[in-house]
Amino acid sequence: MITRREFLQASVAASALLGASGFGNWSRLAAQQRLTQDQLLQFDDFGNVTLIHITDIHAQLKPIWFREPEINLGVGGAKGLVPHVTGADFLKMFNITPESADAYALSHEDFTALGRTYGKMGGMDRVATVVKSIRAARPEALLLDGGDTWHGSMTSLRTKGQDMVNVMNALGVEAMTSHWEWTYGTERVKEIVEALPFAFLGANIFDVEWDEPAFEPYKIFERGGQRIAVIGQAFPYMPIANPGWMFPEYSFGIREQRMQEMVDEVRAAGVDLVVCLSHNGFDVDRKMAARVQGIDVILTGHTHDAVPEPIVIGNTIMIASGSNGKFVSRIDLDVRDGRMMGFRHKLIPIFSDVITPDADMAALIDSERAPFKADLEEVVGQTESLLYRRGNFNGTWDDLICDAIRSERDAEIAMSPGVRWGPSLLPGDNITREDVHNVTSMTYGQCYRTEMTGEFIKVILEDVADNLFNTDPYYQQGGDMVRVGGLGFSIDVSQPIGARITDMVLSDTGVAIEPAKSYTVAGWASVNEGTEGPQIWDVLESHIRKVGTVKLTPNTSVNVTGI
Amino acid sequence: MTMTLSRRDALLAGLSAFGLAAIPSLSMAATLDELTAAFTNGAAVSADGITLTAPEIAENGNTVPVGVSAPGAVAILLLAAGNPTPSVATFTFGPASGTQMAATRIRLAKTQDVVALAKMADGSIRQAQATVKVTIGGCGG
Repeated sequence: MITRREFLQASVAASALLGASGFGNWSRLAAQQRLTQDQLLQFDDFGNVTLIHITDIHAQLKPIWFREPEINLGVGGAKGLVPHVTGADFLKMFNITPESADAYALSHEDFTALGRTYGKMGGMDRVATVVKSIRAARPEALLLDGGDTWHGSMTSLRTKGQDMVNVMNALGVEAMTSHWEWTYGTERVKEIVEALPFAFLGANIFDVEWDEPAFEPYKIFERGGQRIAVIGQAFPYMPIANPGWMFPEYSFGIREQRMQEMVDEVRAAGVDLVVCLSHNGFDVDRKMAARVQGIDVILTGHTHDAVPEPIVIGNTIMIASGSNGKFVSRIDLDVRDGRMMGFRHKLIPIFSDVITPDADMAALIDSERAPFKADLEEVVGQTESLLYRRGNFNGTWDDLICDAIRSERDAEIAMSPGVRWGPSLLPGDNITREDVHNVTSMTYGQCYRTEMTGEFIKVILEDVADNLFNTDPYYQQGGDMVRVGGLGFSIDVSQPIGARITDMVLSDTGVAIEPAKSYTVAGWASVNEGTEGPQIWDVLESHIRKVGTVKLTPNTSVNVTGI
Repeated sequence: MTMTLSRRDALLAGLSAFGLAAIPSLSMAATLDELTAAFTNGAAVSADGITLTAPEIAENGNTVPVGVSAPGAVAILLLAAGNPTPSVATFTFGPASGTQMAATRIRLAKTQDVVALAKMADGSIRQAQATVKVTIGGCGG
């Protein structure tokens, strides 16, 4: 029912309009003149239903730099498949011209140079312009938010997510699901949800005591003369990957059987289209799409993948809309006789210098930020290095954070969690307090200092590696490898748990880690209640102020094999 | 120990006790193979007609919710293959049972397979298993 022709109509916004052109021939202005808002938004209306998907904004209200990962390994059945294709291979797979606007938006290649050419991306005022434009063409378009919305910035932390709630309400979101939202704790989540003008969906959120559904599993909308069920799927590993003590009343999990039951229930109620608004992560959703029957569209989130074309699994299409406000997906569907007959899709890149900010949203964002303006803008240092986070094993932001932890907390070994949020900074940029918060902000940011045996350090590395490289996606939690400072190791990603990590050494000296010996270890984002220490953003700021100008050397501490 | 359990009863029972029906006729040291052999009496084992519901990753290894459904079963044996004592529970269903399903919460010492065996009225055996990972957690992105 989905024809090749329809598939080909899916395309990245700018791929056709820039064509082949050597980088360096254009000034930034010339490049941007080639990109116009009309071209970015151009879309031939199709079918009778329109979905708008945005996900994993991580509270980024303003335009940001965001370098996509260079290393994003797939294992088992996902090896070599999207989203585990990066750089030049990714550009080739989707026929994207190197050094083009799309190449900049979707890959890590030449990031600094292309960033200077094409400018920052995102900004919720630009997103608002795009949403309004789609709604002008399709007044009944359904706007869905995949979660990780209320967390990730200083202003969201200080307002306990309220700034994002206000912005998303103004944007006109019609349903959302959740992940980091829960790190504000049960009471705050309930307080916000009670006042939300739209549905907070989670078919897989259950009451711990009675193992009964605790939140609305789905909502049925009437759009374009069709009945559309949107089933929410919250992040399955909430109490494992984040501090369960903050929301002890709730249990999550993939609960595949429950998803099938919900699909069957809405189908029995006669809906014409079933959409799953998911925070499972890409590989988990790909497996679920193949096993749960009757989902037409999965709007996938959590693993921050920006994929320029829908991925077709049986009769289900998967849409991955990136993160941090870099992209908005528009999906037009032809729904007839209770079936999805075809689709047209566009991953719209939010080039902040090209898309005009929506004035009302810009004013709202400024008012949300106003109380914190001086704090946000405080310059704490400069960087000569490109600072980014994404990558399976390390990123320069975490190299810097690990340096800060070891120096400020006097530890032999530093650990920094493998989260995927946190925008980038270009060489030459000032580092503001806002930038520091953008890569560290959380409700459990205490920087602990403790002693661990070599054996226990290995257990941690093996455990986290299995969350990433277990060949069964249902056992993957969707983060990256824990980042380490002062420690070097080899990892064979093809091995099972317990056999991946070898050759652990103190990287300063090359001396082998001894299993029975204790080492001082400091880190942040512990899921344990009662963790003590200074907040990680204060640790990082203090270090940057001492360093003045950040200049990092390439990190060669992790040796990866088994690819 | 023989119990006739409705789903509700099983849920309630499961809340109050771990290993609520460890089989007294077998020693505590009984291995997985011994327990399986004693239950199946050598009958053929098939994988259909039984559904085992367990989380892929335990949120709390001390209390992992597990459910089994096997329509037509007269008894269901639940085993935790990697626990020091693999025997978890045996549920038996009399003719008056409306459904043949049970749910309880079990403690899992480490990552392991949870195994459910159902004995049907004709003596044949249905088997399902699921790997439940017990993890230290901590780095979801």
